[in-house]
Amino acid sequence: MWIDLPPFILLFVGGVLAAVTRGTLRKSIMLAVPILGGLNLIGVEHGARFQYEVAGQTLTLFRPDGLSLLFGYLFHLAAFIGNLFALHLTDEEGATLQHSSALLYAGSALGAVFAGDLITMFVFWELLAFTSVFLIWARGTERSYRTGFRYLVIHVLSGVLLLSGAIIRAQETGSIEFGNIGLDGSLGAWLILISFGIKAAFPLAHNWLTDSYPESTATGAVFLSAFTTKVAIYGLARGYAGTEMLVYIGAVMTAFPIFYAVIENDLRRVLGYSMINQIGFMVTGIGLGTALGVNGAVAHAFNDVIFKGLLFMTMGSVLRQTGRINGSDLGGLYKTMPWTAAFCIVGAASISAFPLFSGFASKSMVMAAALEEGHSIVWLVLLFAAAGVFHHAGIKIPFFAFYGHDSGIRTTDPPKNMLVAMGISAVLCIVIGTFPEQTLYRILPFEGGYHPYDVTHVLTQTQLLFFGALAFVGLQKFHIYPAELRSINIDVEWLYRWVAPRIVGGVGSLVSRIDGAVRGTAVSAARRVIAVGSRDHAGEGLLARTWPTGSMLLWVAILLVGYITFYLAR
Amino acid sequence: MSDHLPVLLVVVPLIAAPIAALIRSVRLSWLIACGASWWALYAAWGLLSRVRGGEVISYALGGWPAPYGIEYRVDAVNAWVILIVAAIASVATPYAYQSVRREVESDRVSLFYSAWILCLTGLLGISVTGDVFNVFVFLEISSLSAYALISLGQDRRALTSAYQYLIMGSIGATFIVIGIGLMYIMTGTLNMMDLSERLPAVMDTRAIPVAFAFLTVGFSLKLALFPLHLWLPNAYTFAPSAVTAFIAATATKVAVYMMLRFFFTVFGAAFAFDVMQVDLILLPLALVAILSTSLVAIHQQNVKRLLAYSSVAQIGYMILGVSLASVAGLTAGLLHLFNHALMKGALFMAMGCVMYRVGSVRIDAMAGLGKKMPWTMAAFVVGGLSIIGVPLTVGFISKWYLVQAALAAGLWWVAALVMVGSLMAVIYIWRVVEVAYLSPAPDGDGVAEAPLAMLIPLWVLVAANVYFGVNAGLTTEVATRAAEILMGVTS
Repeated sequence: MWIDLPPFILLFVGGVLAAVTRGTLRKSIMLAVPILGGLNLIGVEHGARFQYEVAGQTLTLFRPDGLSLLFGYLFHLAAFIGNLFALHLTDEEGATLQHSSALLYAGSALGAVFAGDLITMFVFWELLAFTSVFLIWARGTERSYRTGFRYLVIHVLSGVLLLSGAIIRAQETGSIEFGNIGLDGSLGAWLILISFGIKAAFPLAHNWLTDSYPESTATGAVFLSAFTTKVAIYGLARGYAGTEMLVYIGAVMTAFPIFYAVIENDLRRVLGYSMINQIGFMVTGIGLGTALGVNGAVAHAFNDVIFKGLLFMTMGSVLRQTGRINGSDLGGLYKTMPWTAAFCIVGAASISAFPLFSGFASKSMVMAAALEEGHSIVWLVLLFAAAGVFHHAGIKIPFFAFYGHDSGIRTTDPPKNMLVAMGISAVLCIVIGTFPEQTLYRILPFEGGYHPYDVTHVLTQTQLLFFGALAFVGLQKFHIYPAELRSINIDVEWLYRWVAPRIVGGVGSLVSRIDGAVRGTAVSAARRVIAVGSRDHAGEGLLARTWPTGSMLLWVAILLVGYITFYLAR
Repeated sequence: MSDHLPVLLVVVPLIAAPIAALIRSVRLSWLIACGASWWALYAAWGLLSRVRGGEVISYALGGWPAPYGIEYRVDAVNAWVILIVAAIASVATPYAYQSVRREVESDRVSLFYSAWILCLTGLLGISVTGDVFNVFVFLEISSLSAYALISLGQDRRALTSAYQYLIMGSIGATFIVIGIGLMYIMTGTLNMMDLSERLPAVMDTRAIPVAFAFLTVGFSLKLALFPLHLWLPNAYTFAPSAVTAFIAATATKVAVYMMLRFFFTVFGAAFAFDVMQVDLILLPLALVAILSTSLVAIHQQNVKRLLAYSSVAQIGYMILGVSLASVAGLTAGLLHLFNHALMKGALFMAMGCVMYRVGSVRIDAMAGLGKKMPWTMAAFVVGGLSIIGVPLTVGFISKWYLVQAALAAGLWWVAALVMVGSLMAVIYIWRVVEVAYLSPAPDGDGVAEAPLAMLIPLWVLVAANVYFGVNAGLTTEVATRAAEILMGVTS
């Protein structure tokens, strides 16, 4: 702690500098800014400060406490890894735009988690959307342009809901301070929850995530996966811890993306779905509201940023080196991208919560909290979801990209900076997973005393992974016998491409039919309203044309008679 | 001299106007107009700083004491309106020089400035006077000069638009004078304070509600409240750019002030809202104005016309605040009076710059202007953000207070509709921004940035949009004080 300053300021300055500098200077700024900012947070004093009176309300720009500081460290770390990963970008790839908006985006995320009131939160909430959309647009394709707009519209809508909720709360409670809100039946609390829910990709509001992340640039997805949804998780943890509804929403979130993820071919979209699944664990933990549950949720958010970032980095590397990202086009890359393949397996092991990998240290907290609170059905759903993650993220991602049938692509590992960034993440995954009590658990907001490595937890998780592990081991065995490789490959592919789509696709198509029907009705209703409105308001419509003076006078007469009648009747 | 400020405020421009007409030199008459408006700003600031604390200045014209002579009466309410008018004039007049040289035939320019000063005189007079017949006189001065100013527009349709405005405006003024006449017959006085004392005795007659009805319709016409706004879009679209910026930011505001003064001071809030229940009509009309005209604005192809419809919607916000008949609602309405003057002034000035360089303000003519006229379009974006109500701009302050007032009155659905109006503003502003920044520019038309003499006044208003959006201390203080005076609450 050298200077007492809201952390977003340094990142914003960095973002502006990244726009005007070039070459080595810019690279050192991009790496130095998150490091300095992160170090500056160490030992920071708790308590609200940088408060300003505006229009009778107190705006608080900096409120470090246990919860916000955890996210503060995390976002600096993510910004550092992301910047390192993107360091090689050239001007043809829109380096200036991407570097600058990534730093501004990280700064907005920091501004949001350290905001002490809902209005400041709202400002950064909208900035998150406006800074990050450039990471999608920088891809430069027609699809990314359209996707970016959809992304922007949804996030601006979420911001408007947040603002509306904040205003209603200010009216009801007289304060805009952002503390525990909880669902007390007031409209304001609901609006804020919906706003958070949209950003956290709640079911039916999740499409922006799987729509936009796969369309972003190879390096942009790393930033996108780190900040937006985690700010929403922070908001939920701060405002709605212990709201029982979230337990069930979270459980649904863990389960339903699995159906979509298994049948999806674009590997980055698979990661998008698995992201919703991981967020589901966090939302459940927050909904449980116990110290263990919330600790588990934020710890899982921390780990998710690292291992999901790692997986997005490996897929970004594949995309960059081969130009392809569909599972059917890839395969056999482990021969030419050995490092990337190894890092991907570490990320996959972490997301699947293998003991000794970081996901285990946090996911087991949420599941233990669910059991403690007596939510046994939710616990079973989480169990199913954990197995599902292993299936689609743990096996499918590394298998289709790096193993499977040889696609014949011969390439190399990506540039050094990308490898180092992935390496740092992978080391963090293993260190946090192996020594959680010495690392991650120290910065959790609540006192816990949770020990992941006891017999029950390890045994449960190992049992859970049993079926998957068996298949995996079987596969490995057949690799030893190359004569039968083809049949095994077909077996596994058949499992994913024929059986799973037919079993899961049935459920999945039912889910998406209902989903589509709800959405379709809403869209067509909105269309009808617009069409009816436009008839009179567009072009030469009744209300848009130039009226003859006589007709205007008719209105004057009507109103005069109306008013006189109305007044005399009083 | 400071004792005579109320009358000097009006007399100085009133004398300047014929001088400007006689001189017939473009530059000199412009300088006179600048001098007159800056004087008005100085006087307005002097008046406001004296009445800010709640004091009331009463000035007897010619030494004839009220109620026999004409009384000029200044409190926080009209000092506030006077400041708005004078401030906009002080920025719009310097801006007008280049714009008018391009858009008005040179032998008419000195007459133009004469009408311009007269219009300013009328608007200031309406605001400063405490005599209802004097209100009518100044109303005619400002309106007649406004018709003349609008008719000087380049487009031939300017003439028919001005003519239509003339007819509608005159009917409005006639209705107002009929209302005043009825009140005079019943009470025998024209002084506002005197009227407010004598009216309660004759409230039960038929004549007073009828007078109230004539006045309501007259004001609604003048301030362009839906559905009596139909004269406004054409008048604003075809007037010279500088005139649109000036009139859009001031004339309707003064009309709103007239309505407030008559409803709250002359008739009293109790009569207007509890007995006549005028809010039952104003509230729905205001909401329809916000939603319907915003929707029309979305479909416009001419940006000046788009902004004109947006103005009608913004007037809806002000009247919405008034119709809540609470200190909070009035504060919101009065704040928006000031704030809307800043944002619409800036937006119309930006369009004036476009007109100056491109010669058209249709949306398709904006293609690529984000690159060619970066300062102008940046100003438009800030003004647009303000109209939408984005935090850190004045528009946010207005919306915040308005939504708070609606919620305090228990009308959460009204607050929701205000938000819908904001979303519609996003759409119509975005349509312009999209074309200006994302469409490729046509090659080689030699369009450059507007001259500095236009950009500086424009950016003064843009800066004010941001400054008063961040530091709303002065504006909220004065608006709250004015609202308390109107509601008869002493703090």
